[in-house]
Amino acid sequence: MLKQRLFTLLFLWVFLAAGAQAELTIEITSGVDNPTVIAVSPVAMQGGMLAEDISAIVAADLQRSGLFTSVPRENMLSFPRNQGEIYYRDWKVLGAQYLVFGSGERDAAGQIKVTFGLAEVNSEKMVLNQVVNGTDASVRDIAHYISDKVYEAITGVRGAFSTRLAYVTSVQGRDGRQIYRLLVSDADGARERLMLESSEPLMSPGWSPDGKELVYVSFETGRPAIFRQKLADASRQQVTNFTGLNGAPAWSPDGRKLAMVLSKDGNPEIYLHDLASKQFTRLTNHFAIDTEPNWTPDGKSVIFTSDRGGSPQIYKLNIATGGLERLTFRGTYNARPRLAPDGRTLVMVHRDKGQFHIASQDLITNDFRVLTGTYLDESPTVAPNGAMLLYATKRGGKGLLAAVSIDAGVRFFLPTREGDVREPAWSPFLN
Amino acid sequence: MSLHALKSGFFIVAMSMFLAACSSTSTDDAAGAGMGADGSGSGVGTGTAGAGDAYGSDLGAGGVATVFYFDFDKSTLKDEARAALNTHAQRLRANPIYIRLEGHGDERGSREYNMALGERRANAVKEYLVLQGVSGEYLEVISYGEERPAALGSDEGSWALNRRVEMTRR
Repeated sequence: MLKQRLFTLLFLWVFLAAGAQAELTIEITSGVDNPTVIAVSPVAMQGGMLAEDISAIVAADLQRSGLFTSVPRENMLSFPRNQGEIYYRDWKVLGAQYLVFGSGERDAAGQIKVTFGLAEVNSEKMVLNQVVNGTDASVRDIAHYISDKVYEAITGVRGAFSTRLAYVTSVQGRDGRQIYRLLVSDADGARERLMLESSEPLMSPGWSPDGKELVYVSFETGRPAIFRQKLADASRQQVTNFTGLNGAPAWSPDGRKLAMVLSKDGNPEIYLHDLASKQFTRLTNHFAIDTEPNWTPDGKSVIFTSDRGGSPQIYKLNIATGGLERLTFRGTYNARPRLAPDGRTLVMVHRDKGQFHIASQDLITNDFRVLTGTYLDESPTVAPNGAMLLYATKRGGKGLLAAVSIDAGVRFFLPTREGDVREPAWSPFLN
Repeated sequence: MSLHALKSGFFIVAMSMFLAACSSTSTDDAAGAGMGADGSGSGVGTGTAGAGDAYGSDLGAGGVATVFYFDFDKSTLKDEARAALNTHAQRLRANPIYIRLEGHGDERGSREYNMALGERRANAVKEYLVLQGVSGEYLEVISYGEERPAALGSDEGSWALNRRVEMTRR
């Protein structure tokens, strides 16, 4: 009686050459009004050329944050390798406010040591002087480390350039059927890796707090089920197998539990799953739809979407006390909540006049802000430094990712070359 | 399932109900049609019903709809859905087969909430069939939310085609 469903599952661990074959590209549409002008002078290498251009990656990182504009290399008048070689006049002439410079050594075994500095041009003062070590395989990581340190030294906010993204793509295969892929890349779209390919839908990727595992929903068994997968060896484990919905998995900040939606007991409710004991604990008990749980940074409460009030709104449940609080009151549709690391900035999908935008609400001041001009928005995810968020939207009939700074001043798009991309999940800090 | 097929199906169902109303014993015969007693189609539907199985190989036999559409944000059955489901209920009561009800929604809003909406719609179809006497154990509900659209556009027409429940054999 059971209809046989043919599908293929491939577990591939594909390392693509960085840059040239990156699926995600970046299109910056707007930055802040007065970006800081920064010059990233080429890092001078001894012991052989590197596979990557460190200073180009650093300049692109800083530019992508929207807070900086970088001086083009062809305009630079000199390339200092160390503090002693800096002619500040060369940089004042270009209007640069900051200068990043450095030199590196590469030994025969491929061990790389880069000494880099950050100078404030007008005051001619050194702000940073550091060493970073790596290997041929981690040159991009060296560059992102430099970007993180430079960004933090100037803005006071920890840089998130060494983080990763997980996302889902959907492409039409040769037989006309959709192929779904779960992918991980660097925060700039480079070094994309295929985690899972399936002819059945994939949804709702999320990260473990240590950044070593993903959790997601896969329809490969014929109905939605939750899986976890390690990045290191791509090994997978099925977590749930209930009838009905098995969805929206969210890892707790202490790494011990998953919050999720299950409808096995009659209608969609929020449950906690203890990863060690494998026990399930039911959190909600209401005939309405309760779904899309996520955690507060202190791990004490779960925020979720519920239409118990008649239409979707966001609620917060204290796990220990059972205390329930409604958080959103603006408009008739607020869903898919995420909290920024500050614990007070709530981002969500918000409907206004039939259009679906990403909006933020300060839970202390109740300041409410629509962040996006796109209008079929979903799946917001916040960078671990709280400065930027990514979301999914549509443009010209194609699904793509978009980024907007938490104050809406900076925007860019990340389309893929083919098919649709959606459901971004920003990793935690990885270093 | 295209809108044209849906309209054709609705017309045929409406006609057959009219014919059934005209015949005084057709509803009784309909109950027995699937038993294989005489194999001929009764007042229910105008297509040929296979002997021993009112569906034959096609759930939509007789032109009855197997896809049911919903208004935005709603999981209430429309009149044409109920009419088609009455036919399905008669067939399933007479000859139970395993059925899968797949719920879907349009792309607007968040994906997991749309999974719940799709399930709500499929459950609405299941509950209606159960009320008509179909045994629930034969009816499997699954939601695809917005993950398997029937129409790929981002306009009202495409969205209307995606807010649906599809009935298939399991």
